[in-house]
Amino acid sequence: MSTRPAVSTAPPALSRARSVHQLWLAREFGIVVALGLLVLVTTLDNPAFLSPQSLRDLLLGAAILVVLAVGQTVVIISRNIDLSVGAVLGLVAFATGKLLSSAPGTPTVVAVLAGIGLGAVCGVVNGVLVAAARVPALVITLGTLYAFRGIDHSWAQGRQINASDLPRSFLGLGTATVLGVPVLAVIAVVVMLVVGFYLRSYRSGRELYAIGSEPAAARLAGIPVGRRVFTSFVLCGALAGLAGVLYAARFGTVDATVGTGIELQVVAAAVVGGVAIFGGSGSVHGAALGALLLTTIGSSLAVLRINPFWQQAVVGGLILAAIGLDRLLAVRAANRLRGRSSHGG
Amino acid sequence: MSQLKRTLRLGLITATVLAVSACGGTTRGSEENTNPAGNQATGQADPDAPLTEGLDVAFLPKQVNNPYFTVADGGGKSAVEEFKGNYKEVGPSEAGASSQVSYINTLSQQQTDVIVTSANDPNAICGALNSARQAGAKVVTFDSDTKPECRDVFVNQVTGEGIAENQVELIAEQIGGEGEIAILSATPNATNQNAWIELMREQLKKPEYSKIEIVAVAYGNDEDQKSFQETQGLLRSYPDLKGIVSPTTVGVAAAARYLSGSEYKGKVALTGLGTPNQMREFVKDGTVEAFALWNPADLGYLAAYAGAALASGQITGAQGEKLEAGKLGEYTIGEDGVIVLGPPAVFDQANIDQFDF
Repeated sequence: MSTRPAVSTAPPALSRARSVHQLWLAREFGIVVALGLLVLVTTLDNPAFLSPQSLRDLLLGAAILVVLAVGQTVVIISRNIDLSVGAVLGLVAFATGKLLSSAPGTPTVVAVLAGIGLGAVCGVVNGVLVAAARVPALVITLGTLYAFRGIDHSWAQGRQINASDLPRSFLGLGTATVLGVPVLAVIAVVVMLVVGFYLRSYRSGRELYAIGSEPAAARLAGIPVGRRVFTSFVLCGALAGLAGVLYAARFGTVDATVGTGIELQVVAAAVVGGVAIFGGSGSVHGAALGALLLTTIGSSLAVLRINPFWQQAVVGGLILAAIGLDRLLAVRAANRLRGRSSHGG
Repeated sequence: MSQLKRTLRLGLITATVLAVSACGGTTRGSEENTNPAGNQATGQADPDAPLTEGLDVAFLPKQVNNPYFTVADGGGKSAVEEFKGNYKEVGPSEAGASSQVSYINTLSQQQTDVIVTSANDPNAICGALNSARQAGAKVVTFDSDTKPECRDVFVNQVTGEGIAENQVELIAEQIGGEGEIAILSATPNATNQNAWIELMREQLKKPEYSKIEIVAVAYGNDEDQKSFQETQGLLRSYPDLKGIVSPTTVGVAAAARYLSGSEYKGKVALTGLGTPNQMREFVKDGTVEAFALWNPADLGYLAAYAGAALASGQITGAQGEKLEAGKLGEYTIGEDGVIVLGPPAVFDQANIDQFDF
């Protein structure tokens, strides 16, 4: 699971490693509990919420947000933020639609790769500006958010790409299932596992945590901060590009406004999932669970038939409740650890 | 294209602008009072006057490069060619409130006979339009009106009653005249949507629809993801649901996309207001039987004929006057100089391939 060399097998280090592991478990555990409660309450009200079709819908609904949240997590961990993901998603979704409607013979794989490539190019722009100009990422990506969206607008010229313009095989990507599990969800899980493995097991992945914990110290420790941050933005852009392709496949209707405002949902998913907004801690698994929780909230409110005028307020309340629950469990876990270490010490 | 969405957004912007100018309005007010021209009929209408040839007709849409207006103006162009006028289209690339003013002034200086426009703001272009009218131009608004005193006639695509009647008829037919239906709307605060929903409820009080019941109104906020979730929610919450009506282009397309890939395909009927291009796929795969929208090309066509009739002296814009609009037939001007295009066009498997917008 971890290639991090066990420097010492002495008992204190071992117990610390185990307790850190438990803490990590506890963080995700809080969200799982919140998710379980939400599903339980909704199912008690309406048993159809747990029907196979409904579960498939939940996974499908979360897939795109999960891919975005995983990319965002990599950037947030290094104490940066990428607000341009919504615009990149929109631009890539339109580009994919344009590519497939003008050349319907294009294999789906090529469309996916082209989308990831375009997203990565956007990520390069962000990365260069943030890493080279050393301007806070918040400001840079706020700027590129509008810039990318502007390119999208001037390219689209008010046109819309419809499901009938896209090849069936591509649209099939959005609805196909493998053993009952939607392909989109499989893609999201694979992305999460791969990126999670990279962050946990590769040196450069660990260094992102170090940068996020204390950039100055990381620089003094000889970590190539600029290069690592640059890479994290390219990765985030590429994943936003992938999300854009998935969006086009799932919804089939694409215009220049696609994905407007989704960046805030992505950041919310990461934060709800226990990724510290100031960097240095958190996991992609947590962020993915956060994304699943947010979309499940949306779906269950629709099933519970909450008054639409109140829905947004309820969503906000539930986000705060989820974070509160997570925090409570984290504090309890920390207390437990403290108790144990005093016993051992 | 999502014209409804755009109209809604525009409405919000307008409301905001109005609210702001109501609070602080110092510079705007003067402009509004200087033009009390009104749309009183000037001179006598001669119903038998022939259409003048060689009229300069200019179309000024809310925004050029918007697919909806490209189609509408295309309809206008074919009408202008029929009555042997000179057609041109000018317009801003952005649908800002006052972005059309400079175009109107230019058209006025060029002695254009007819200006056909869709207003980005009911007030902002009033002054410019009235100066153009004083310079001799006839002004027709279509799709979106200005204040009535700033134009000669307004060609309205459809009335709320027309939409409600059409939507209820479509869904009743598709669910076999009885059962539970739900409405998937845009945002909870969308004025036109709420008005239509109210009118649909009125329609359903008719005895022939007594077995149809609206069990819920859901709001997809004109977002794909939210519309997906709300459609799913409706299907989960109401297992006996027979049909969904979504009178908004984003909602109906999202609901169709969801239904087409779900176990409900073919079991739950869906209709609404959508564009043929958006819905083609779902009509062909059997998810949607029929849906409706006004034909933008006909709208432009009628607006061009109305302009020509005004410029030729056939009509003056007064209530009760009649005009002949080529292939569309005869129209009568209603209250406030409004001409209604008619009930929305219905698109189904048989005719959908004849439309491209």
